[in-house]
Amino acid sequence: MTERGRKALLLAPAGIWLLVMLALPLLVVFVFSFGERGAAGGYVPAFTLEQYANLPARWTAFKNTLILAPLGTIAALVIAYPLAYFLAVRCSPKWRTSLLILVIVPFWTSILIRSYAWIFILGGRGLPALLESIGIDDIRLINTPFAVLVGIVYGYLPLMVFPIFVSLDKLDKRLLEASADLGSTPWRTFRQVTLPLSVPGIATGCMLVFILLMGEFLIPAILGGGKVFFVGNALVDLFLQSRNWAYGSAVAMTLVVVMLVTVSIYMKFISRLGGQRQDVSLM
Amino acid sequence: MRLYAICVYLFLYIPIGIIALFSFNAGRHASQFMGFSTQWYGKALNNPFVMDALETSLLAAFITACLASTLGTMAAIALQGVKGWLRTLFDAMIYIAIMIPGIVIGIATLIALVTVFGWLNPLLASLWPDGANPPQLSMGMPTLVAAHTMFTMALVIIIVRARLSGMDRALMEASADLFATPWGTFRQVTLPLIAPAILAGFLLSFTFSFDDFIIAFFVAGSETTLPIYIFSSIRRGVTPEINAIGTMVMGASLLLLVAAQLLLRRGASKSNN
Repeated sequence: MTERGRKALLLAPAGIWLLVMLALPLLVVFVFSFGERGAAGGYVPAFTLEQYANLPARWTAFKNTLILAPLGTIAALVIAYPLAYFLAVRCSPKWRTSLLILVIVPFWTSILIRSYAWIFILGGRGLPALLESIGIDDIRLINTPFAVLVGIVYGYLPLMVFPIFVSLDKLDKRLLEASADLGSTPWRTFRQVTLPLSVPGIATGCMLVFILLMGEFLIPAILGGGKVFFVGNALVDLFLQSRNWAYGSAVAMTLVVVMLVTVSIYMKFISRLGGQRQDVSLM
Repeated sequence: MRLYAICVYLFLYIPIGIIALFSFNAGRHASQFMGFSTQWYGKALNNPFVMDALETSLLAAFITACLASTLGTMAAIALQGVKGWLRTLFDAMIYIAIMIPGIVIGIATLIALVTVFGWLNPLLASLWPDGANPPQLSMGMPTLVAAHTMFTMALVIIIVRARLSGMDRALMEASADLFATPWGTFRQVTLPLIAPAILAGFLLSFTFSFDDFIIAFFVAGSETTLPIYIFSSIRRGVTPEINAIGTMVMGASLLLLVAAQLLLRRGASKSNN
């Protein structure tokens, strides 16, 4: 067999699989988003922009996602940065690997079960009961935007810590000594040396978390109790309850477009920094 | 600084600890600890719905992992040195598979397959001999495995490709110069070197498929996987039984991940020598 033939034979199964199970379904969503809803649900072929014109009907879901996803990303960043800094700069090398693995481990266990744990903590007999005992009454935590935010930060913190750690770890520690030798205060060294050099890691972490959050379904479903819902929850509702495929496809396409725009902004930003995209391996 | 780090670790591990703690709760109520007992583990393991869901999940995860690691490795090896449109197409599809949210992959697969099956089923029925029951294509285990394999195969290609690119090409050229057949080179040179990456890819695929809720929710049809079972139980209320299941699932995922981690580490140090 020729080299070419052998390569084709090796590539064919994966290629066909990706075409049938990825390219075709996405194409179907694209085509369906211009269609109409059938009388009994499903899809009727048509070419109309009606579904896209109807998007404001699901504005609440988009609004929640577009507020809570950036907010969750920022909250995760604020909590993750000092930890990444500690691991990369302050922590003794003896402990570093183990502590780093401890950050990543939760990320690889079921997000479903980890989010569900917060029902205990934020539910009536958890934190609110504790707060009541010190005199703060009538606090409702579960099924609020706050609960969803906590779930988000909890779920995606590892994904934020890791890229920041990588960029801080690569940083030449002599730069920090040089800055100190030249009479900089620690705070000034951090602001003018450390922070700017860790921007690529911050950008990567923020983008990873933000992208995953845009498509989030489980955390709002479990901790939002139907009151705080994301685009993902609207999609589940549209496809599994009201069976409105055409409209659901338009919502899905919009979500994908918003995500692609975000990613391309990120890419522009990173290339302007002149830095290379950092490889993030979570294994 | 150290205090802060301890706080973040507590934040990460207290919820997991609470689940594990309450799974040993003797009382019925999920949120009040009444003493130590392992009864919920017994209850969970004797619940036929849980065991069915577990079996479905394990089967789907195992087939997914086998298919993804085999097809992904084949593709990663063949993609070496491939340039032009084919390379662009593959890279684009792998990138899209990783980037697109699981929920969009789930719904897209659902409506595409339901539509395709809607066309194929009457066609199959008309081709089938009279009297015999024609096969009905529908969503179920095969579609679940197909969807999971699509995503995890992309992961395997990335992992194995990274390993291959770190490998010395001279080894393979030397093998060819010494008159080894391409198959011989693969079996005696390439495979031993990339084996840790393949195994890590296998374990990752298994874990992903086993833990995945959102894609399975759409494409599993009438099959119930363990995450789907857990999700619908949570909707009905929290019970210590779910805590027991959750603790077992997390324990098992952890073991697999530690294994994958060790394999990748060992592979990396071996190739550095």
